Amino acid sequence: MTSAHLDYLLRLADNPLILGQRLSEWCGHGPVLEEDLALANTALDLIGQARLLLTHVATLESKGRNEDQLAFLRSEREFRNWTLVELPNGDFGRTVMRNFLFSACQLHLWQALQGGPDAQLAAIAAKSLKETRYHLRHAADWVVRLGDGTGESHARMQAALDELWPYTAELFSADPVEQAAVATGLGVASASLRAPWEATVRPLLEEATLAIPAPTPFLSRGKLGVHSEHMGHLLAEMQIMQRSHPGAQW
Amino acid sequence: MLTEAQAWRVLAQVPDPEIPAISVTELGIVREVRHENDALTVVVTPTYSGCPATEVIEAAIRAALREAGAQDVRIETRLFPAWTTDWLTPAAAQKLRAYGIAPPQPPAGAQPLRFVPPAPPCPRCGAKHTERLSEFGATACKALYRCNACREPFEYFKPL
Repeated sequence: MTSAHLDYLLRLADNPLILGQRLSEWCGHGPVLEEDLALANTALDLIGQARLLLTHVATLESKGRNEDQLAFLRSEREFRNWTLVELPNGDFGRTVMRNFLFSACQLHLWQALQGGPDAQLAAIAAKSLKETRYHLRHAADWVVRLGDGTGESHARMQAALDELWPYTAELFSADPVEQAAVATGLGVASASLRAPWEATVRPLLEEATLAIPAPTPFLSRGKLGVHSEHMGHLLAEMQIMQRSHPGAQW
Repeated sequence: MLTEAQAWRVLAQVPDPEIPAISVTELGIVREVRHENDALTVVVTPTYSGCPATEVIEAAIRAALREAGAQDVRIETRLFPAWTTDWLTPAAAQKLRAYGIAPPQPPAGAQPLRFVPPAPPCPRCGAKHTERLSEFGATACKALYRCNACREPFEYFKPL
């Protein structure tokens, strides 16, 4: 088991883990009960996917660590999630906009990974794909409803898109870890996901009457372990129980 | 020592903790039961990744089989093929309806975005004119609907 292989799997695990943590912040704070349930359910699915993937990593690395230790005892630089998923939720519109951009990418990623040579990863991908379809449909409906809604909701959705769009470049950028994973057949070249992702998101954003921002040179580097200033705060909240009471269970 | 057939009969009596109207075998999550080196191995395929009932179900399966006389019970999780609502037994659909939950109806699988799935008929009055209130319900596997005829809200077991 090479470290590049493990690093690649950690990326796959950390994205749903961190977004699941972010979405769980909505629990009890949703704008209406139905959406509170929807975001909490989505968070549960994402954390469930992360648990499967982290357990897979723990098994492969055979260092005696388990899913909990990987989630709660790694430091900020050891996390491999895209910066996009660690950004604060913002308002409900921004939260569903991120879910939309993220789920659309995950849809194509899981599709590509379900036929891969790592049988456990393929099984997790096939399972996660089904859940992702529901997440994407839910987010897409809201992006259209709010984007093509009132002047206020439209303005907020456009602001959310303007702010989040630059962070999507990272989802499709290549680096040595990914190249190594692609070379062994384990991974997918994320650049190849860009066209199908755009084919999913562009028509929907147009239906939502939103203008797609022009490309910028900005490239976030969360998957390399270089995170935004928000990541430390997120981890503080996520990890405090295990850090304060190591091995605590309930 | 419990035979495999006896174990299946025991499992048919273990209710799903979230939807106690149906058993874990009717839910279709028990994929295989086999004897292996004096241990009884039960192969379970979880429903949703985030289903919080998964661990409770495992404990319930273990407890029921031990009570029926099995000594060593092992639970094996099998992820592939992924669970689908197509594995619900025909009896489960009837029981869900009687319990007030509309059973899943096709199509499951990939749909175009913005696709509005056909509304299920009301499990109480049978009327076809129902509307979706929420894509997600009290558990990951359900959505919330309302009947426009009898005006009762009801849950719908989503196709997956």
